[in-house]
Amino acid sequence: MSDASPVEVMTVVAARAMRNGQWCFVGIGLPSAAANLARSLHAPDLVLVYESGTIDSKPEVLPLSIGDGELAETARLVVSVPEMFAYWLQAGRMDVGLLGAAQVDRFANLNTTVIGEYASPRTRLPGAGGAPAIAATAREIIVVAKHSPRTFVASLDFRTTIGHLDGGASRERAGLPGRGPVRVITDLGVLEPDPETRELLLTAVHPGVDVETVMSATAWPLRTASKVTTTPPVEPHELQALRHVQDRTLLAHS
Amino acid sequence: MVADGDTVAMEGFTHLIPHAAGHEFIRQGLRDLTLIRMTPDIIYDQLIGVGAVKKLVFSWGGNPGVGSLHRFRDAIEHGWPQPIEIFEHTHASMAAAWVAGASRLPFGVLREAPGSDLERENRSIRSVECPFTGESLSAVAAHRPDVTIIHAQRADANGNVQLWGIVGVQKEAVLAADRVIVTVEEIVARIERVAGDVLVPAEVIDVVCHVPGGAHPSYAQGYSRRDNGFYRAWDAISRDRARFTAWIDEHVRGTATMGELLERLGKTP
Repeated sequence: MSDASPVEVMTVVAARAMRNGQWCFVGIGLPSAAANLARSLHAPDLVLVYESGTIDSKPEVLPLSIGDGELAETARLVVSVPEMFAYWLQAGRMDVGLLGAAQVDRFANLNTTVIGEYASPRTRLPGAGGAPAIAATAREIIVVAKHSPRTFVASLDFRTTIGHLDGGASRERAGLPGRGPVRVITDLGVLEPDPETRELLLTAVHPGVDVETVMSATAWPLRTASKVTTTPPVEPHELQALRHVQDRTLLAHS
Repeated sequence: MVADGDTVAMEGFTHLIPHAAGHEFIRQGLRDLTLIRMTPDIIYDQLIGVGAVKKLVFSWGGNPGVGSLHRFRDAIEHGWPQPIEIFEHTHASMAAAWVAGASRLPFGVLREAPGSDLERENRSIRSVECPFTGESLSAVAAHRPDVTIIHAQRADANGNVQLWGIVGVQKEAVLAADRVIVTVEEIVARIERVAGDVLVPAEVIDVVCHVPGGAHPSYAQGYSRRDNGFYRAWDAISRDRARFTAWIDEHVRGTATMGELLERLGKTP
């Protein structure tokens, strides 16, 4: 369907990246929308894990907060926050973590803390939350963020969450067990780390987006993979499912 | 029970946030507090905005699902109404610090963030080497507040407290504190257990107060729903200094109880 907005395309592409039966740690906002969309499409048994302690929640509508009552009421189990972070996250039981960020660098390190200097920030952002633990220990990480030079920056104002650290084998050397970010999905395309250098490469553009547009929305000289593919277009049933869950959500939170 | 300059934790992860207790701090004009909470939420936004806070210890400072906490931002970005010192964690390091505090150990251990800038800014997180394997891990100093305040669903006549649903870090925050205050939705003769509940024995609690609706706009599962409309409305109320202060004057300083406040908001307690 051609009338999908760029953000809708991004959400659908993120949903497609989820595999049925995976344990998926879900950040709030767009990651939560994508994970719940995956549940209503090809991955009905995706196990959604929210940092508030709810495991295998099956919400009918998208939660506004990660602690909405419906997440607990529909969960297979609810655990305390220390249990969530120690037994489930840091023990490495998440297959995939879906994270957003205010800034992303070329090694997929993330900033959610400040814009400007830490001691006197221009913009104070919420901070780390659960992201560093997820990024350290989930088997793989998928980052979802809207593409702009303000977001895809040459240098982070604050390194909140480690992706591929300084590139190469630096992440492994730091002793972080998970594979780190395997994909960054934006509203323009998809970036994936080079297997050797771990620098993000453009591997796909969404339908109607050209490579130059992605380049100019990235503040570092973005390199492309040897072959840049075009994302398969959003199918009518995917778009319908996304809008359906968003409509239900609007109604529920109004 | 709470004095100027105390270190106070009011925990509750999205659920069961003890807002009524926070309002009472404002009415009593408490000052120079060090506040600990994983997610400052509206409760600490209000305390920061009235100038009650000297230092904030936290791990995620936003209005969940809505955006910024504007009073928190204004204090950090512009020092209004006064500058606050911040001590910033991740959720994992906060959780480990609470477990250590509850265990009366000096520090907790976690596997997290070598190479992050948080390690540089937070002096209570240090790198340690495992004495058994030689692995590099993070150590975090224990939280030991003077006072912890939580909100729960029920207490019995003997002062035992029961909470269920998303139970967060409340049990740990209670056990880490020197003094403990609990507000509850209901006081019953005998507690009936609920699947997945947490029971906190009376011996570790100093005071139980009956405050129905005491978590609003957060919620108490089985008693109320999260008032997502209020969390949205708070964005506009708190964005402007004068509007914020007028709201506090009318709804907090101008009322004596959570019941009155809810009435003024047109909500039934």
